[in-house]
Amino acid sequence: MADYANPGVLVSTDWVDQHRNDANVRVVEVDVDTKAYEEGHVPGAIGWNWQTQLCDTVQRDIIKKEDLEQLLGNSGISDDTTVVLYGDNNNWFAAWALWQLKMYGHGDVRLMNGSRAKWLAEGREVTTEKATPGATAYTAKALDETERIKLAELLQSHNLDSTALVDVRSPDEFTGKILAPPGLPETCQRPGHIPGAQNIGWGTACNEDGTFKTFEELKSLYESKGVTADKNVVAYCRIGERSSLSWFVLKYLLGYPNVRNYDGSWTEWGNLVGAPIERGA
Amino acid sequence: MTQAEGYEVERQTIKGTPVKITSYQIGNIYYCHVANEDPGAVFVRCEGDSREQVLEAAIAKATERL
Repeated sequence: MADYANPGVLVSTDWVDQHRNDANVRVVEVDVDTKAYEEGHVPGAIGWNWQTQLCDTVQRDIIKKEDLEQLLGNSGISDDTTVVLYGDNNNWFAAWALWQLKMYGHGDVRLMNGSRAKWLAEGREVTTEKATPGATAYTAKALDETERIKLAELLQSHNLDSTALVDVRSPDEFTGKILAPPGLPETCQRPGHIPGAQNIGWGTACNEDGTFKTFEELKSLYESKGVTADKNVVAYCRIGERSSLSWFVLKYLLGYPNVRNYDGSWTEWGNLVGAPIERGA
Repeated sequence: MTQAEGYEVERQTIKGTPVKITSYQIGNIYYCHVANEDPGAVFVRCEGDSREQVLEAAIAKATERL
């Protein structure tokens, strides 16, 4: 992990095993499949539900500041706690949680490299017992949306030479063959992609065991498609969660200075009246 | 405390859709999940008393849903 631009944002499964009981460390599991935590999780880990706890459940938006403060406080997390996130599907929603914690200014938040799959495959201890940490007071910083791009700005900037759009969905979603992957309910009126976007699937950043590819492999992956560090890079997917993992890779592992996650993503763009759309590879 | 045992991932195509089938045992329970290959979201989950039982049930459910 030493070759990454910011190696400190990743911890190994070994590290988690050694530090999961440290007083200043809180391990949190966030899964796509919200039932996975109940099967068995890292002992001491809290479980967060992305559908109910990491978003505004009324209007479509990220979690509100006061709700985040309550969630973190109830999870025994203080402002100076090291939060280690992990989850299923190569840390898909763990990265979504990390993206939000960063926007609310949490200082030390990391991902467990290899995610839940690696922990299970290595035969490490798990428990079905829910962690019950003592509540603490948590004060979030004011929301800083530097890491986020919204529709109005993207409509103005998507076709600039200085912008590099990374569509991290599957090839069939990108080309417009399908509206959404099998089994996923959120959809759109029109298939395709934002004109000029490059299709670099989120999962291509990971190895078979769920760990991230090396710095050189990641650099080559993105640069070969013209996504370079001098560009204003925007990652998007369907609802902004897969792309938060690609945002993490580009920002922290490769160290690109200007990377933002478009969480409106295809379920916003593909429903807009009059928005430009491309189909095909 | 226990641990996951026999963690296995296999790939199949069901009704033209590439899927990833993951199975393992925690304690006395066997789990099996079926996810679409890309993006990898689980759309079938089963649990039971043996690996064969959960694999069979999960594949049957996946075939029904796809």
